[in-house]
Amino acid sequence: MTVTARSGRWSAFLQSEFFHNYKRSLSAVVGSILVLFVLLVAIFGPLWTVQNPYNIASLELRDAYKPPAWVEDGESRFFLGTDQQGRDMLSAIVYGSRVSLVIGVAGTLLASAIGIVLGLVAGFFGGRADSIIMRIADIQLSFPTMLIALFLMSVLGRGVVNILISLTLVGWVRFARTVRGETLSVKKREYVEAARVIGLPNVRILFKHVLPNVFASIIVLATIQVGNFILTEATLSFLGLGVPITRPSLGMLCNNGFTVLYSGLWWVSILPGLYIMIIVFGINLLGDFLRDELNPKLK
Amino acid sequence: MNDTLLEVKNLRTYFHTFKGIVKAVDDVSFSVERGEILAIVGESGGGKSVTGFSIIRLIEEPGVIESGEILLEGRDVMELTEREVDRLRGKEISMIFQDPMTSLNPVYTIGRQIEESLILHTKLNREERRAACLDLLRSVGISNPESRLKAYPHQLSGGMRQRVVIAIALAADPKLIIADEPTTALDVTIQAQILRLMANLVRAKNRSMILVTHDLAVVSEMADRINVMYCGKIVETGSARKVIDESMHPYTKGLIDSIPNLERDRMRLSTIKGIVPNMFELPEGCNFAPRCSCATEFCLRNEPQQREVEPGHFVACHFPLRSGTYGLSEQTCGRSGGVCS
Amino acid sequence: MTQLLEVTNLEQRFDLNTDLLSKLVFEKGRIIKKERLVKAVNGVSFSVDRREVFSIVGESGCGKSTVARTVVKLIEPKGGRIRYEGEDITELSRTEMLPFRKRMQMIFQDPYASLNPRQRVMDILVEPIIFHGITRSSDEAREKALEILNRVGIRPEQASRYPHQFSGGQRQRIGIARALAVEPEFIIADEPVSALDVSIQAQILNLLMDLKEEFSFSYLFIAHDLSVVKHISDTVAVMYLGRIVEKGSKAHIYGNPLHPYTLALFSAIPRISGTKMRTGRNLEGEIPSAIDLPPGCCFHTRCPKVLPVCKEVVPEEREIEQGHFISCHLFT
Repeated sequence: MTVTARSGRWSAFLQSEFFHNYKRSLSAVVGSILVLFVLLVAIFGPLWTVQNPYNIASLELRDAYKPPAWVEDGESRFFLGTDQQGRDMLSAIVYGSRVSLVIGVAGTLLASAIGIVLGLVAGFFGGRADSIIMRIADIQLSFPTMLIALFLMSVLGRGVVNILISLTLVGWVRFARTVRGETLSVKKREYVEAARVIGLPNVRILFKHVLPNVFASIIVLATIQVGNFILTEATLSFLGLGVPITRPSLGMLCNNGFTVLYSGLWWVSILPGLYIMIIVFGINLLGDFLRDELNPKLK
Repeated sequence: MNDTLLEVKNLRTYFHTFKGIVKAVDDVSFSVERGEILAIVGESGGGKSVTGFSIIRLIEEPGVIESGEILLEGRDVMELTEREVDRLRGKEISMIFQDPMTSLNPVYTIGRQIEESLILHTKLNREERRAACLDLLRSVGISNPESRLKAYPHQLSGGMRQRVVIAIALAADPKLIIADEPTTALDVTIQAQILRLMANLVRAKNRSMILVTHDLAVVSEMADRINVMYCGKIVETGSARKVIDESMHPYTKGLIDSIPNLERDRMRLSTIKGIVPNMFELPEGCNFAPRCSCATEFCLRNEPQQREVEPGHFVACHFPLRSGTYGLSEQTCGRSGGVCS
Repeated sequence: MTQLLEVTNLEQRFDLNTDLLSKLVFEKGRIIKKERLVKAVNGVSFSVDRREVFSIVGESGCGKSTVARTVVKLIEPKGGRIRYEGEDITELSRTEMLPFRKRMQMIFQDPYASLNPRQRVMDILVEPIIFHGITRSSDEAREKALEILNRVGIRPEQASRYPHQFSGGQRQRIGIARALAVEPEFIIADEPVSALDVSIQAQILNLLMDLKEEFSFSYLFIAHDLSVVKHISDTVAVMYLGRIVEKGSKAHIYGNPLHPYTLALFSAIPRISGTKMRTGRNLEGEIPSAIDLPPGCCFHTRCPKVLPVCKEVVPEEREIEQGHFISCHLFT
């Protein structure tokens, strides 16, 4: 293609209107700092944690229920306290966030892949395919997502793969509907007509001419969906229908600590919950900014 | 009584965008007499629509009316508060927009929308307003107005909708109507009807109109005077006949020549070479110089000012195409030294 | 064979209610099926020879753009026959149409919507070249793309840019270049200059005329402006509400227009030095809806010379002089 040097592209980006607005938007900057922080913690956290909370051998029961370091009776070793098995909360949160994030991102990727394809097909070809896909979507939307997820999980049993399956089956609908709506308007545009007059096959038109022009809305939806999936999984795990006990996610950690919440041992449940909030908040801020930026109608 | 209704002095409206400042209207001055139809003509990006919007202060971020005076019967519109300008809009100056599909609110009936203007600007009671609405609809040529009052915009055709827009604009009996490309979105046979209607309504009550358009042919049939704008500046201004038949500015002549003409039959249409310039990188001198076949080095460096070349006929050009009665004949053409060919 | 395109009794309809449920209406105590069809094209016939420029002129809603799109088979015709160089393409499938896609191409109206904003100009050109195998390698394809772009006035260094970086006139040139890429013989131009400024219109029209001379194209030119079309056409057809009301050579239509609608179109055009608009009689009334077509001659509701027969019988097309056809009861 073009012989644009890497540095050329980067400097072009830095000069672009997108970056300019990004710099000026407090929510975008805060959002991306939060997201970056969470990602770094998830990737590099285990190198720095005091212990591996999944290694049962490294736990000692007499360390159980130690409060966070800044409270009386706390130890600096267990900065955020420990849970009922002596697991360091900080380490547990770091490892737990990995699980949550993987589920959130992988779930979004799967749900979006299916949703995009179905949405493109429904929007572009219309007719019976459209009717069938949309009727299924409508039926599915008449049930609360959580209810469907709960039902699926109780049938499939706990486990990361099962969660991903449930989230995908629940989450494709939003992608499909958004993509279908955009496809309907994009397919009427003259450049799509031009592609058809050239004789290009439908598949090519869909992926080279329609999809790239629908992408902006997909990105916005995807960022928000990651947060949603993390929350959904957290709720499922909190209810005991999510991840297995051996690989606790943040939601699971919340659940673990719930029973002792009112006994004054607040840190076991509240801290993982707060961290979920930080993750989702950061993602939402970023998603809001992207939506405003990528929406050509607001320009 | 003073015959000048509107006087615009040194108007500057700039748009502060990410990529730089766009001088959409750059030091524009003109006036409109009572009962006169003034046309502002130019191509897209020329600044004509922005001029119209500036007069009733409908400019929004990132546009700012930087400086200038807009004197309506002596009062400076720029000095009024937002509330006072609100009262001005519709009552003294009214606007007709280009696209009748979007300038009418789809969720209210026609009657309601006309009434809104009457409620705001008059003190008529309910029956009087209804009667006034019917009168207005009749005056814009809508037959059977009683049934139309309850209709919604989508139930009417394009031409009808534009008539309704005109009715709304005239509801409070304004002195000045600014029409921004009022017939561009309409079919040719409907366009003719609407233009005729507008001309009649304006003249009937000695109102004035500023007609903003890119269509020189429309203008030549309707306007009394013409301002030709290019890249934010008025390049030529004068009576319609003079500007069209005896154009002084190369841009005006270029515009007229590139209109496909039904009468003449040429093998190739003459064009204005080049493209409309990048508004962020306007040349130092005359804005039109890069596309002008008569331009010289002098033109590229020095910005021409408006000069009166014959009574009422002004042009901003170092080498106008004709000498005019004020005898600026020493420099009729930069290149050949004689009259521009 | 000199005749490239032959269209006979073309019909096109659009169903406004796409699924069964919205067709059912509760009326007079029963549920009945009510169809809302837009009868866009109702029996249009014409032909275009090699190197001929055939223009269809009409106002919005007359069906001219629909004719263009149907002829190139973007929409499948609902009636009539389309023949390209003698072969009947009316019912050909997508794959069967492929060889014809190299020979017939289209230029669109809106320069801001006719180019994929996510494709660089070079790719926009290269895509059809490679797809139809015009060149043997992708390098040759890029060379050819640059050549065509140059021919329409786009410099090579601009080829790596995206459409939004170009002006309307330049985008239209790129659209023309795309149509040229597959080396067609027949080009359908759907209002190619309507969305452009007057001075740019002239440039593009000149370009189209030059290209026609250089490559011996035939054009089917769609426009709403009789004055634009005069410079480029050999033959002109005037359409109203889905039918051709008058058809003839340039000399016929511009020198001796006969149909009342054609005459009305001419008088409605504002002239640069004219006073016709202020003093002349213009057409009254609105254009009727294409869903409820008036019976008989579709123009009778606005015709200044309407006869009683016009309200009932659709006029047949007659050849009033050599090559000049008209559909009007005044001329039977």
